[in-house]
Amino acid sequence: MNIPVRPILSALTRHKAGVFLIALQVALTLAIVANAVFVIGQRVIYISRPTGIDEANIVVVDNRWVGALTSVQAQAKTAADLAMLRQLPGVVDAYADYSFPGAGPWATLWAISLDANQKSPTSYSEAYFADEHALATYGVRLVAGRNFQADEVTPGSQLEQSTAGPIIITQDLAGKLFPAESSLGKAVYVGGVARTIVGVISDMQVPAVGTRTFAYRSVLSPIRWADAGGDQYIVRAKPGQAEQLRIRLSTALYNVSRLRVIDAVDGVQSFHALRSKAYSRDRGLVILLTTASIILLLATAGGIIGITVFWVDERRRQIGLRRALGAKRSDILAHILTENFFIILLGISVGSLLAFAVNIALMHFLEMTRLPTVYIALGSALLLTLGQCAALSPARRAARMSPMEATRAAI
Amino acid sequence: MFTYYLNLGMHSLSRNVVITGLMIMLIAVGVAGSITTYALLNVLSANPLPSRSQQLFVPQIDNRGPNRITTGGEPDPELAFRDVIALRANDEATGRAAIYPIYLASIPADITIQPFAAKGYAVSADFFRMFLVPFQYGGAWSRADDDDGSNAVVIGRDLNQKLFRGENSVGRELPLEGHVYRIAGVMEQWNPLPRFYAAADVQGFDLAPQIFLPFQRAIDLKIPTAGSTYCALNYQGRGWDDLVRSECTWISYWVELSDAAAVRRYAAFLSAYAEEQNANGRFSWPAYTRLRDLEQWLKYLKIVPSEARISFFVALGLLLVCTVNTIGLLLARFMRRGPDIGIRRALGASRGAIYRQYLVEAAVIGLAGGLLGALLTVSFIGNLNLVFEEKIARTVHSDAGTMALAICLAVVVAIIAAAYPVWRASRIQPAWQLKAG
Repeated sequence: MNIPVRPILSALTRHKAGVFLIALQVALTLAIVANAVFVIGQRVIYISRPTGIDEANIVVVDNRWVGALTSVQAQAKTAADLAMLRQLPGVVDAYADYSFPGAGPWATLWAISLDANQKSPTSYSEAYFADEHALATYGVRLVAGRNFQADEVTPGSQLEQSTAGPIIITQDLAGKLFPAESSLGKAVYVGGVARTIVGVISDMQVPAVGTRTFAYRSVLSPIRWADAGGDQYIVRAKPGQAEQLRIRLSTALYNVSRLRVIDAVDGVQSFHALRSKAYSRDRGLVILLTTASIILLLATAGGIIGITVFWVDERRRQIGLRRALGAKRSDILAHILTENFFIILLGISVGSLLAFAVNIALMHFLEMTRLPTVYIALGSALLLTLGQCAALSPARRAARMSPMEATRAAI
Repeated sequence: MFTYYLNLGMHSLSRNVVITGLMIMLIAVGVAGSITTYALLNVLSANPLPSRSQQLFVPQIDNRGPNRITTGGEPDPELAFRDVIALRANDEATGRAAIYPIYLASIPADITIQPFAAKGYAVSADFFRMFLVPFQYGGAWSRADDDDGSNAVVIGRDLNQKLFRGENSVGRELPLEGHVYRIAGVMEQWNPLPRFYAAADVQGFDLAPQIFLPFQRAIDLKIPTAGSTYCALNYQGRGWDDLVRSECTWISYWVELSDAAAVRRYAAFLSAYAEEQNANGRFSWPAYTRLRDLEQWLKYLKIVPSEARISFFVALGLLLVCTVNTIGLLLARFMRRGPDIGIRRALGASRGAIYRQYLVEAAVIGLAGGLLGALLTVSFIGNLNLVFEEKIARTVHSDAGTMALAICLAVVVAIIAAAYPVWRASRIQPAWQLKAG
C-alpha cells in the first residue's frame, strides 16, 4: 500500500490547534511517564533488596525495663530473658542487640581503616553488638573463620561498650578491605584501635534502611548487649512457626519479670512487618507514580480519540469524495492512522527533551541518576502504540463512510 | 439571559455523554490530586509558630572542624553538653531552652493501670514560654526549679486522661524510672509537627509528647537521650561521665532574642565563644558558628519529605495534561457546532453573546468536575496512608475550605481551558456556515 505522506502532512497544517494540543499532551505525558517509570523501577529494586537473614522466621521484641537498673542488673535480667527464649518450643535461637538488619531503629556508624594513621577510611560500615548466638539467630552463613567464643564476648550497653576484641565482617566488607587476599587474621583499625578479623559471614544488611553505598558492609563486635533502658530481642523461630511465636512472646516474657513494658500494639513484630514499615515511603511513591502514569496514559488516549472523532466528522464530505474518486477503505484507514503517527511523533520529539529537563529537576529532589535513554525509547513506543490504538476506532468509522457522504449536506 | 445559557449548556452536556464524562472526570482527578498534595505540602512545610519566627534562634557551633562527615559542611544541628552549659550562662538571651528527647517507663501507683512507657523531653523552664505551650492545669516549673534539682514534671493531656481520668492532677505524684515526681502542670493537646524544636527527634511525626522533666534534673539522674547522638568516628569514651565531657552532640538549644540589636550581640558573643575555644586549644580551626531564626531553621532541616514535593509536582503535571486535554475536547465540541453558531450569529447574536454562552457551558463542565473533584479530594485525603506513612497522613484533614478550593480550581481550569475554543467559536463566519450547509 502506498501512503501519500505529503498530502497528509499538508492537510495537518490546516488543523494547527488540534495538532498542537495532541502533540503537547503527548509531550507532557512522555516527560512525566518516562521519569515516573524510571523512579518506579529504581524504588522497586531498592524495596526488594534482600537483608541476607532468615527474614520469614524472625520476630523482634522491643523490650523496655521499668525502674532505674544498674548495668549489672540489666545484664542479669537480659540473660534470664534470653535463657527463657532459647528454651521456648519453636525457637531456634535468640540474642539481644540495639538494632537489627535493614529496618533497625538505630545505627552505629564505623569508619574502618587498614592503617592506624590513615586520613580517610577504607570503608564505612555499621556495627552490630553480637554474642555467640547472633549468627544462628540471623541464619547467616559462616563463609570463613569462626564464630565468637562465649569468653570473648563482653557486657555492653548504649553508654558503655568495649572498643576492643575480635570482629566478624561480611563478605562484601572483606572484599572491599582485602580484595586480593583472605581477610582472616588481619587487623583493621576502628577509631584507632586494632581489631582482628576472626570470621567472614555471608552478606547481611546494615541496620539503617537508608544506607545505600555500604548497605552490606556489616561488622559484628563481641558485646553481650543489655541496656538499662531496654533492648531489641531478635528471635528466630523454626520454619513456619513465627506467627504462633509472635503471639506468645509477650506473655512468656512477662512471666519472667513483670517489671517491663512491651507495647501491646507494636512491642512484638514479625521481621516482615518491620521491614514493610521501613519501606513504606518508597512503596507509597511507587503506588502514587504508577496510578498517576496510568491516569495520564488514559487521559491522553481519551484526548486523542475525542479530537480524531471530531476531525473525521468534520471531513465527512472530503472522505466521501475520496472514496467516490476510487480510494479504498484501507486508504482512508491508512490516512487517519498515518496522520496520528506524525502528530504523536512530533509530540515524542518535544517530549524527549522535556523528559530530560524533568529528570534534571528531579535530581534536585530525589537521589536520582541521569535518565537512561531506554526509558524514553520505551515511553515513545508505548505512546505511539497508544496513539494508533486510540485513533483506530475513529479511523475505522471514517473508512466505513459511504461515498454518498460527498453529496450530503454538512449538517 | 444567564439562565438561558445555563439551560443551553446543560442541554449540550447531555448530548455527548462520553466526551463530557471524560472531561469532567479528568478535571476532577487533576484537581483532586493537586489539592490533596497541596494540602499535604502545606501542612508539612507550615511554620508551626509563625508569631515566634522573629524571636526564636538556634545557635550552632562547629566543634568538629575538618572531621565533619555527616552534616554537609555545616556545624552539627545540636550542641555538646559542655557548650550548652557555657551558652546557658550567657544572659543576653531573654529565653534559653536546652532540649533532649527522653523515653521513660512507669509503674503507676494505681495498680489497675498497666506499667507503661512514654516519650517526652528534658527541657529548661523557658521552653514552655518560648514555644507557647498551652496548659490545661497548673503551669511550667520556675526558672529556680531548673537548677535546684526539683522533682517537678509536666505531663500531656493524654497521660493525664489515662492516669487521673482528666482531673486536675497538679500536685499529685508520678513515679518514673524509680523516682517520684510531682506534677506541676498538665498541657493542653500540644503537638506541633514536625518536631522542629528537637533536631534529634525531627523525623518524629509522632504522637504528642507526654512527659517533660527539668533539664538539669534529667542530667543529674543520667537519663540517656532517646534520640540520636553524633560522636566523632574515633570516639572511645565510655559511660555518662565521658559523654558529657565529650564533643558528641545530642542537645538542642534555642534562645529567644527580642530585637535585631540583641541578635547582633548574640551572634558576636557566639563567634567570640568559638574563638575562645580556639584560643584555649579545644578547636584547631577558625571559629565557625551559625545563628538561624525559626524560619531559616525549618528550611535548613529540610523536614518536608521529598516524596511530598514529588507528588505535588506529579499532580500539577497531571492537572496540566488534563487542562490541555480539556482544551482539545472543548475545541472539538465547539467547532462541531459551527453550523449552530452560524445560525445564531445570522439571527443577530453578537460575538459577545456566543462568548458568554460557551463560557457558561465550560463553567458548567468545570463545576461538575469540581463537585466530583471535591468528593475525590475527601477520599484521597482519607486514603493518604496508602501512599504516605501513617504519621504523616494523619496530619492532613479535609474540610470545607479544601472542598471549596477544589471546586474553585476546577471552574478556573475549565474557564482557562475554554478561552481558546470559545475565541475560535466566536470567530465563526455566519455566512460561510450557512452556505456550506
